[in-house]
Amino acid sequence: MERRDFLSALAAAGLASLPGCGAPAQAALPPGALLGTAIDPAHRLRERNLPPPSATREVPVLIVGAGIGGLSAGWKLAKSGFNDFLMVELEAEAGGNSRSGRNEVSAFPLAAHYLPLPTREATAVRELLAELGVLHGDPRAARPRYDERYLCATPQERLYRNGWWQEGILPHNGVSAAELEQYRRFYALIDAFKQRRDGQRRAFALPMALSSRAPDLLALDRLSMRDWLLAQGLDSPQLHWYVDYACRDDYGTNISEVSAWAGIHYFACRSGEAQDAASDTVLTTPGGNGWLTEGLAQSIKARAGDRLLTGSLVFRVAEEGGRTNVDLWQPEQQRTVRLSAGQLIWAAPLFLVPHVFAGQDTLKLAARSFSYAPWLVANLTLSRFPTDRAGASMAWDNVLYDSPGLGYVVSTHQQMRMRPGTTVFTYYRALSGMSPQQGRAILQETTRKAWADQILTELERPHPDIRQVTTRLDVFRNAHAMARPLPGLIWGQQRALFAADRPRLRFAHADVSGFSLFEEAQYRGVLAAERTLHRLGKSFVTSLS
Amino acid sequence: MNQALLFSVFIVASCGLAYELIAGALSSYLLGDSITQFSTVIGSYLFAMGIGSWLSRYVERNLVARFVQIELMVGVLGGFSAAGLFFIFVWFSTPFKLALYLAVFGIGVLVGLEIPLIMRILKRDLSFKDVVSQVLTFDYLGALAVSILFPLLLVPQLGLVRSGLLFGLLNVLVALWALWLFREPLRNSGWLKTQAFVSLAVLTIGFAAAGQFTSLAEAHLYADEIVYNETSPYQHIVITRWRDDLRLFLNNNLQFSSRDEYRYHEALVHPALATLPGARRVLVLGGGDGLAVREILKYPQIESVTLVDLDPAMTQLFSTAAALRKLNAQALSSPKVRVLNADALKWLEDNDDVFDFVVVDFPDPSNFAIGKLYSAAFYRLLEKHLSAGALAVIQSTSPLYARQSFWCVVATLESVGLVTTPYHALVPSFGEWGFVLAGRRAYQPPAGYSVETRFLTAETTPALFQFAKDMARVDAEVNHLNNQALVRYFEREWRQVIR
Repeated sequence: MERRDFLSALAAAGLASLPGCGAPAQAALPPGALLGTAIDPAHRLRERNLPPPSATREVPVLIVGAGIGGLSAGWKLAKSGFNDFLMVELEAEAGGNSRSGRNEVSAFPLAAHYLPLPTREATAVRELLAELGVLHGDPRAARPRYDERYLCATPQERLYRNGWWQEGILPHNGVSAAELEQYRRFYALIDAFKQRRDGQRRAFALPMALSSRAPDLLALDRLSMRDWLLAQGLDSPQLHWYVDYACRDDYGTNISEVSAWAGIHYFACRSGEAQDAASDTVLTTPGGNGWLTEGLAQSIKARAGDRLLTGSLVFRVAEEGGRTNVDLWQPEQQRTVRLSAGQLIWAAPLFLVPHVFAGQDTLKLAARSFSYAPWLVANLTLSRFPTDRAGASMAWDNVLYDSPGLGYVVSTHQQMRMRPGTTVFTYYRALSGMSPQQGRAILQETTRKAWADQILTELERPHPDIRQVTTRLDVFRNAHAMARPLPGLIWGQQRALFAADRPRLRFAHADVSGFSLFEEAQYRGVLAAERTLHRLGKSFVTSLS
Repeated sequence: MNQALLFSVFIVASCGLAYELIAGALSSYLLGDSITQFSTVIGSYLFAMGIGSWLSRYVERNLVARFVQIELMVGVLGGFSAAGLFFIFVWFSTPFKLALYLAVFGIGVLVGLEIPLIMRILKRDLSFKDVVSQVLTFDYLGALAVSILFPLLLVPQLGLVRSGLLFGLLNVLVALWALWLFREPLRNSGWLKTQAFVSLAVLTIGFAAAGQFTSLAEAHLYADEIVYNETSPYQHIVITRWRDDLRLFLNNNLQFSSRDEYRYHEALVHPALATLPGARRVLVLGGGDGLAVREILKYPQIESVTLVDLDPAMTQLFSTAAALRKLNAQALSSPKVRVLNADALKWLEDNDDVFDFVVVDFPDPSNFAIGKLYSAAFYRLLEKHLSAGALAVIQSTSPLYARQSFWCVVATLESVGLVTTPYHALVPSFGEWGFVLAGRRAYQPPAGYSVETRFLTAETTPALFQFAKDMARVDAEVNHLNNQALVRYFEREWRQVIR
């Protein structure tokens, strides 16, 4: 406990509960559920005891996985007038890392919670936003207008450090002049990367596939972000905390493990601007990125009807007789169906490839080079806003310094309401700083009550009465939440295999880019759809240039 | 024995300071002007303590018995001081100050007697230098303890009335303890013991019943419409009365003074409504005091007024309390008026009704929550509720003290395509105050007023629209939800004014 934390805690408790005077009586833990990606069906993949197919159905184009990659593939197919496709999804709902939940208080995210203003090269993102009515006017304008309801309302973010909330996340109170100088040099380096063009290409583009391939840039993928900072003479602990926070937040991985190329990409790729907002404003809604999932799903439904089969497990993929046979276990009907696909778009995580594909040894080996970060998301339903420590007022994203968690976002922040009443806080934690296997073991073993207690204890620092106002606490686990961009993954040989076009098979998941961003998943999905349309000889207008 | 007496010094001293703080806090709470209240209360209290110390020379025998009696008197008088003063303030507003200073004086005299008596009791066993050193040490320590606990724990947790009773109980317990310590010399004091237990019982009952007492006092207050003090879920509402001046404070910010509110509300309503002879349907957002509605109802052509105010406590107060009903001419009870308690933002989102005239009378944009009510998004929403020729008027803080804030409201209204006409009026209790008219067409000020006014005349109206050099337009950003520019301007500008 920091000294100032201690003093302010003392003041708030009115000297009544001095530490060391026996454990203070704690409110009982709020009720809730332990949720998460369906672990049981996935485990059945390993057991290989599913029944043989009882029926066969021909599908011209099959999309496996209805996260953002799969939905975007479907969206592009439907927009191009091609409706002969089917999307199958393991979970009960589409959306993957852009899913959201809802209760009587508010919608809330179950994973990703924002989209930065799209870059100029993110043409498909802009096209989608224009279709959803969020981007107004010319989608290709340098600085488009955005619907004010989606632009994150002020204050966007704050940091709790030394018993005090500050505006923004980069620590600035009591930071020495020498460290501030390092901040300036760090941002100068990032700015140089932002400005740099190799021919038409930006050094760090979003989608990443459009980035420069200059050798000095690709060399950044061979060292860790921490080593790169140190090589630049940047050793400020505050700066390292901040960059580490960014890496944990976007990649679920520590600064000492993440590739420097990926780490710099986070800062240097975001070049989007808006006519009606500062460039660091993000687009968000109470349900996080759920609105993008819903928008894609509705767009597909309006054009192509119901094309989605949920709660279905693909357990075998084999190229047989010029078609791709995909065996699908439907637990509800207790039966297996064989889908005979003309074209297959694999939009599920790549770690499933070795368990599912027959043959394809090169791909299977390549898939094993991906590692995945386990994550935890908790939604706290609150009867009212908790009391707050002094400093900057409640923001959308609220981060705690030196804390295992990544902070929380306030689901009702975007509501056009004057008085804050009940709300939902969405708390994030990447199980980083350990091997993913260790993290998954912890996810598997820890009870909801233990998580609830840990999370409430953490949030009690800035909000002393959080236990009293939390009426429900649901924990959402994700054992393989996102691919980890470790050195060598992004510009290595294995990832390139999945990015390649094949006669009857394409991969369309954010994993193909090496990290889990909406923009990457959407790019991979649209690209796979366009390659499929091309292969089938269908005409289309590209969304990607 | 001596340690026990020194500990009782600690308790007695804390009680003594507590009564002083309670009287100071209660009077600043009820009368306002905390600097004056605290200065005069502390001054008279210390003076009274001096008198008590002087009087102590006349206590010559039975020191311990006298000490016990004084403790009991302090306990009962001090313990009930907050409750009693509150009671007097509510039921008989005029003699409050007299009662306050009588109580302060009485308690002060008794507290002034305590320490000299204890010193004399202790003098029997200790040297003079030890008595002075030890008694005064515990005296000041007791004061320190209460001065820290009072604001941090006691007032927030117990409130003034119950804090007072708690300290009264402590005094009585000290008396009981003294009775036990000196049970030998006091063995014939049955009557004293009876007094002590009666005091204990009375204070205990008082402490238990304090909650009911507070609500009883407020219920009485309601009918007598003298002052009002309530913390609703949304805000702290206080109404003060000083002679014929009623003042409404929300979260300690003055909303109106009955002496000059007509200037504000005439300026808010008539420049627009006098030019809208065809207006039938009016919307008032905020303004739960009904004073804007009073002005609106002067126009016979108005068929309906919808008032949307977040806080039911406000609208209920202004439709039931006699003095306030008199002030708003019973506007909220008019059959033409519909009062809704809702979040204006949500209500505008959920409704399709259109209006010929809209009054937007929100508190000043002093925080991000209220800042939303001045945003481009809000005005875009508002615009959808304007009929073809409608006008909206927005209270827009002071163009003199918060110049950029005022012009920020103008720029924000213009950013959503509304034609604006800014103007201002002098309201003495606020200063130079600003308003903005917004509509789809250019606005022409009225040539005269068909309704009765106290402030506005045809001749002086053009001057409302002229801005002197120190209030003239300045550049300002548009207030978006994602920049909250207005709250930042407002905070900076008012901070400078207060300095």
